[in-house]
Amino acid sequence: MIELVDIAWRVGEFSLSGLNCVVPEGKYSVLMGNTGCGKSTVVELICGLREPLSGQLLIGGEEVTLKPPGERNIGYVPQDGALFPTMTVSEQIGFGLKIRRRAEAEIEKAVSTLARELGLEKLLNRMPDGLSGGERQRVALGRALAVQPKVLLLDEPLSALDEDARDEMVDLLKRIQIEHSVTVLHVTHSSREAEQLADVVLRMEGGKIRVVE
Amino acid sequence: MAYESRMVTSILRALLGIVTRRNSRFWSLLVFVTAGYLLFIISMLWATATYSSPSDYFEALNSREIQHSVFLSLLTCSLTALLSLLLAVPIGYLLARKDFRGKALVESALDIPIVLPPMVIGLCLLILFQTRLGGLVDSVIPFTYTVFGVVLAQLVIGAAFAIRTMRGTFTQLSQRPEDVAMTLGCSRGSAMWRVALPAAGKGMVAAGSVAWARSLGEFGPVMVFAGSTRMKTEVLATTVWLELSVGELEAAVAVSLLMVFFAMVVLVAMRLAGERW
Repeated sequence: MIELVDIAWRVGEFSLSGLNCVVPEGKYSVLMGNTGCGKSTVVELICGLREPLSGQLLIGGEEVTLKPPGERNIGYVPQDGALFPTMTVSEQIGFGLKIRRRAEAEIEKAVSTLARELGLEKLLNRMPDGLSGGERQRVALGRALAVQPKVLLLDEPLSALDEDARDEMVDLLKRIQIEHSVTVLHVTHSSREAEQLADVVLRMEGGKIRVVE
Repeated sequence: MAYESRMVTSILRALLGIVTRRNSRFWSLLVFVTAGYLLFIISMLWATATYSSPSDYFEALNSREIQHSVFLSLLTCSLTALLSLLLAVPIGYLLARKDFRGKALVESALDIPIVLPPMVIGLCLLILFQTRLGGLVDSVIPFTYTVFGVVLAQLVIGAAFAIRTMRGTFTQLSQRPEDVAMTLGCSRGSAMWRVALPAAGKGMVAAGSVAWARSLGEFGPVMVFAGSTRMKTEVLATTVWLELSVGELEAAVAVSLLMVFFAMVVLVAMRLAGERW
């Protein structure tokens, strides 16, 4: 579960205060809202990439407001995947475990399991430049899942994909969420994505987040 | 001779190709300006290269003093390029990634060495080392009129160019991958080290090369701050001046051509590095 309690923040001219929201445990939640309403900033606040001016942030009941991003037990997939430009697919997926100084054998096992699950076995030695949009997103997803996060934060993960790749990713995301029993917060402005994926739809409007269904 | 005329012909052909494909007065005018400028540069180099015979040049380059100057130039330029990178990477990263009050002022201040007349930089350095603090530093590491002084004089300008290049490099690299690295357990510093720096390899080669090439031609600050003592602080740029001042035009031309050669090597290396990364 992710809880935002009376969160306030300011980015340049843009500021918000009194933001409250609960993303339920083990569900696939979709956060919708118009462009520029601050959806992505909410994700960055949960990730710890931005500091709130005030308020509390809890993940799995534990307060993480002041914790660095790496200690929040989260997985983050930005819009374009944001793959590391100089690493192979295999290195990308194993990155989080390498940072955590896990044994080489454990990293290899995790990479091959995730590669199988995400259909990346044949791409493990490829660099990001040679990957399609859908492949990039699957690598980014594998990289986030490798550290077994409690929460998966997806910031418009399907917006750069063509129709076929999008449908494929929708199936994959739903399957991954169930198999890994992970709490997902998926940010989008597409109501179609919300229909296809959401257990819970949240809408951000006028600086507030409310549950739609 | 045949090689040079082939090069000029192929450049002209390439330019004329633009005109025939896009046969408009506008493109013709632009091609005319470009061709005129290129012709001017090539004529300059051609006239210098053919001023005397190759045997005269080799004889001039055989002198012990000039060979020492070549060695010292290569050594100091390489050291300067390395030190410039050590400054340019953190400063460039800070400017590209962080917004802070007075940033525009800091950026302008970092460009001061680029806009100041080189001779003035030399004079400023000399005066700085006359102050109490400068004198103290000088008593530990002697800079004034030494090889260290040559490096410091080159560094002032070389680093300014390297900082500009590194800032541009980091600005072009998206910050997102570093953000993701942080969510995976990296600190900001480790994300820079593991994600941004490997991706900035091409920029670092470019920044180092620019600093190297600028240092090679640095004359004013080196002359004023480190002097031009033969076999001690004489570098190629000062050699040209020293040889000219005693009327040894062949030697001055020979050293100039050597500098042109080094500059070309750096240019080609930058191109190759750019394609590799």
